[in-house]
Amino acid sequence: MRNEKTTEEVALGIRRRVFEHAMRNNGGYLSQACSAAEQLAWLYHEELNLGAPTLPPVPEPFGGVPSADNADYHTGAGYNGPFSPEYDRLFIAPAHYALVAYATLIETGRMAPEGLEMFNKDGSSVEMIGAEHSPGMEVHNGTLGIGLSTGAGLAYGRKRRGEPGRTWVFMSDGEVQEGQTWEAVQACAFHGIDNLYAIMDVNDQQCDGAMSSVMEVGDIATKFSNFGATCVEVDGHDLTAIRDASKEAHEGRPLIILARTSPFHTMSILEERFPRLHYVRFKSEDERARFNTSIAADLGVDPIDYAH
Amino acid sequence: MVDMVSRPYATAFEKFAGGNPDILCLSADLTSSCEIDGFRDRYPDQFVSMGMAEQNMLSFAGGLGLAGFRPFIHTFGVFMYRRPYDQLMASIAYPRRKVRLMGFLPGVTTPGGMTHQSIEDISVMRSIPNMSILETGDATEVESICEAADSIDGPVWCRVLRGSVPRLFDTPIKVGEMRVLSEGTDILVVTSGISTEEALRARSALAQAGLSIRHIHLHTIKPFDHKQLLDHIGSVKHGVVTLENHVTEGGIGSLVAETMADAGIGKRLIRLGLKDTYAHGGSRPYLMRYYGLDALALVRGIERLMEQEFGISEDDLDATRVDDVHSLVKAEAL
Repeated sequence: MRNEKTTEEVALGIRRRVFEHAMRNNGGYLSQACSAAEQLAWLYHEELNLGAPTLPPVPEPFGGVPSADNADYHTGAGYNGPFSPEYDRLFIAPAHYALVAYATLIETGRMAPEGLEMFNKDGSSVEMIGAEHSPGMEVHNGTLGIGLSTGAGLAYGRKRRGEPGRTWVFMSDGEVQEGQTWEAVQACAFHGIDNLYAIMDVNDQQCDGAMSSVMEVGDIATKFSNFGATCVEVDGHDLTAIRDASKEAHEGRPLIILARTSPFHTMSILEERFPRLHYVRFKSEDERARFNTSIAADLGVDPIDYAH
Repeated sequence: MVDMVSRPYATAFEKFAGGNPDILCLSADLTSSCEIDGFRDRYPDQFVSMGMAEQNMLSFAGGLGLAGFRPFIHTFGVFMYRRPYDQLMASIAYPRRKVRLMGFLPGVTTPGGMTHQSIEDISVMRSIPNMSILETGDATEVESICEAADSIDGPVWCRVLRGSVPRLFDTPIKVGEMRVLSEGTDILVVTSGISTEEALRARSALAQAGLSIRHIHLHTIKPFDHKQLLDHIGSVKHGVVTLENHVTEGGIGSLVAETMADAGIGKRLIRLGLKDTYAHGGSRPYLMRYYGLDALALVRGIERLMEQEFGISEDDLDATRVDDVHSLVKAEAL
């Protein structure tokens, strides 16, 4: 689904929505919007071949988990359009990016803005950690490291069936600490799964802080290449570079784009909180007010009136 | 002497899956050990080697399910749930993927010791929402396990016997049912898997002791027909003895106990199996004797329930089978 906005404008819109949400709720996954907005904007606004949403703009309430007794169960994948062979599929592997992903759905006209008001509310399907039934989600990925394997299985199956649609996985760099990520890449190489694409938000951050202080992962581009992927490393805030990376030839191998990003890109005041950026909760009303003024100025909007 | 069938799974899987484009055969480096080497050679296009990487294999299978395939995963049971439990839960069980988990070497059917013996898998699987559980106790059940498993709308855990397997039954598994092997009125004996053969070894000795045994064999552990079990319990005077190739916590002993407690049944229950212990490596008859899983253990359990000794010794029981450790019907000594 295309609209008149540029991808840069979509990325800015994502950040504004996440900022507003975080100010109103006294905290949120702000740094993920800083690092990943271009990637998600690019995927939804340019790169993915998706059909029109099949689910209502305002998300339905939680409809129960999958079970033999829940005949009406469906995932949130309908926000990405129907499962036709020609269409692409997308998994958001780090499910804690859900807030940013929901903002992306709104900015690309796939979900109503009211959807974000339901975020993390009891009885809502718009969950804080994206669940299968949350808008835009198709599988549970809250346990980090399983997304690429699931994508690999889906891509392999679609390739066997001759479906032209691609399978994309949005990943986070912390996932390279999980052994399963490497198992997935070696399996893709062994089975020639080249209709699988990943773009990884390499922001060097994880829950405990900077990755280098938690577990050093070394040169992951070389590691991915050695395990059998085609890997391209780019500036994750440079849309032209991301576009070029996606065109890299990768016959017989999955393509993994490492998008090197800053966790405070466009919200410079966040650097004050480094290295604990995973989830930013304001420690005082004074801090909240200072962040409000500073980020609003960075994003070119008025400060949020969060008292009302 | 019981009729023995060589490698029934090999034949049955190939017959069931060969040429079906929606079924894929996944293996984690235990292809001949799980008797799918012939299938690999004759249906290479349906065979997907996943290497020794079970975490990826389970999530990958979930992805295949999403693409409309019905993957049959083959490896030793322990390797399919202990390390990749998170993947089993998130990628297969929660979304109800039609993944058929073929777990070989159930319980003490292997001399491989703790790392190879799945002694608590039924307990684990029973507590997973959306999971079904089947267990094979003879060659006929092994021959029908693929069709039975593939009839289930969701994931299914199967305990599969391999190598030389006795034929005890002449009808295939019917999912959701139980086999009534005798209809006595004194004591209900409930067994599954290889424990059933042990109970049959004790049958004539118990009859000669004047005991009227009602014996049921469970191939379907989940879903479970509680009402039918209660009817059987209601048909015996003294109580119930369960015998399983599994720890007594969470397996069929627990299943029977829960059914009785939920219905307020006040009869006695003796649960036989691994009693809060790991096993070690050894032959099957040795392990079943050592850990109290064999025919003699069942007799002693019945004596305990009846608070009476019947003078039955090993000599009074039907002969046990002793498989060769190194046999042509197994890929390795495991």
